[in-house]
Amino acid sequence: MEKIYSILASLRPEFDYHASQDFIKDGLLDSLDMVSLISELEEVFGIFIDALDILPENFSSVEAIAEVIKKNGGTL
Amino acid sequence: MKTIFHHKKITGLLSVVPETVVHFEDEVDNYTFPPKQTMRLQKVMGYKQHRIVKETTSASDLCCAGLSYILENGWIKKEEIGGIVVATAFPDHFIPPVSSIIHGKFDLDEEVACIDVSQGCVAFLWGLLEAFMLLEHMPDKKVLVFASDVLSKKVSKKDRNSFPLIGDAAGIAVVEHRDDAGDIYAIIRNRGDVDGVLRIPAGGSRLACSAETAQLRDTDGDGNLRSLDNLVMRGSDVFNFVQTVVPPLIDDILQFSGMSKDMVDWYLFHQPNKFMLRKLAEKLEVPYEKMPMNTVEEFGNSSGACIPVNISYNLADVMKTQMQRCCVSAFGSGLTWGAMTMDLGEMDFCEMLISDC
Repeated sequence: MEKIYSILASLRPEFDYHASQDFIKDGLLDSLDMVSLISELEEVFGIFIDALDILPENFSSVEAIAEVIKKNGGTL
Repeated sequence: MKTIFHHKKITGLLSVVPETVVHFEDEVDNYTFPPKQTMRLQKVMGYKQHRIVKETTSASDLCCAGLSYILENGWIKKEEIGGIVVATAFPDHFIPPVSSIIHGKFDLDEEVACIDVSQGCVAFLWGLLEAFMLLEHMPDKKVLVFASDVLSKKVSKKDRNSFPLIGDAAGIAVVEHRDDAGDIYAIIRNRGDVDGVLRIPAGGSRLACSAETAQLRDTDGDGNLRSLDNLVMRGSDVFNFVQTVVPPLIDDILQFSGMSKDMVDWYLFHQPNKFMLRKLAEKLEVPYEKMPMNTVEEFGNSSGACIPVNISYNLADVMKTQMQRCCVSAFGSGLTWGAMTMDLGEMDFCEMLISDC
């Protein structure tokens, strides 16, 4: 999980992702941040994230992001 | 709509792009976002540079520059033109149609049919459909399809999600009846966008442009500033729509035309952004090399002109000398999405014109 927090912090260092329950609702991740995040996750975890998994709710928390990584063949 | 056209061929293709190139690095400070965060999008989205028209240039100007070039080169003669189809989302005026303006500027014969089609990203496909149908009634003539848009004028320069991607261009195809031409398979689908996924709210009969509609606001609370006069593009919704509807459309058009994915030489798709195209290629299990996706970073997303720009930029030599099996697809405002399979190539001309019009 810390790896995901680290990627998020590199994208938007001004935000505290640990303090948020919902990155989307709290405005910590907009649609283009999601694009950058997906690109980073694919590179770091060596996966291709299925386009149909690219939904805001799948990137609203580290737990949700971890599920997406696992679903697309990555290991945490 | 699902149909087959017989004995129709694109015999020439020209794209017209503006001379002015704007680099993404020079625009970063226009946005309210931290520059480092914005620059990160350069590679993944294809934010590199885009070509935009001057404030005084209209959709018809790009078309006329292109038609002059075609006539000057002798690729067609005025007398051969039987119809003009202009597909655009942002015409010069509400009245008259852009096709009529072109007709007048070139003093064409009164029998030449002129039609405008109000379409955005799928404009080129709709233009071709209209041309194929017109040719049924004028098999000895040539029909010109113009897909032209200058939407940079309608996108807020402070909208980081849309402005770096937008480009202006026109594509012109000469379409003819040819007895030896292969069949063209076509599917076009619609899902009426009443929710405003892709919309310019003001400027039509629903809401006139005014000082009020011109005010910039952060409506979405995400830092992008736009007015009601500007194009609204709900990025996540558009992405999900495209990724959901386009893969089954491609499966359907290939099945309809009796082709496998491997039989297609080129997947020539609309160019919304690099990320969306990469995800489509992965979903379709099509090699990246068969789906050119470099147009948006060089020219921007030029709406309906993307496909002609894509072909003339990447495949000009191939299109003049060889025949290629192509799957052409576009998707966007409407919401509309469509695909055609056809043999493209052995054209009389396939060029890109850089115009200062």
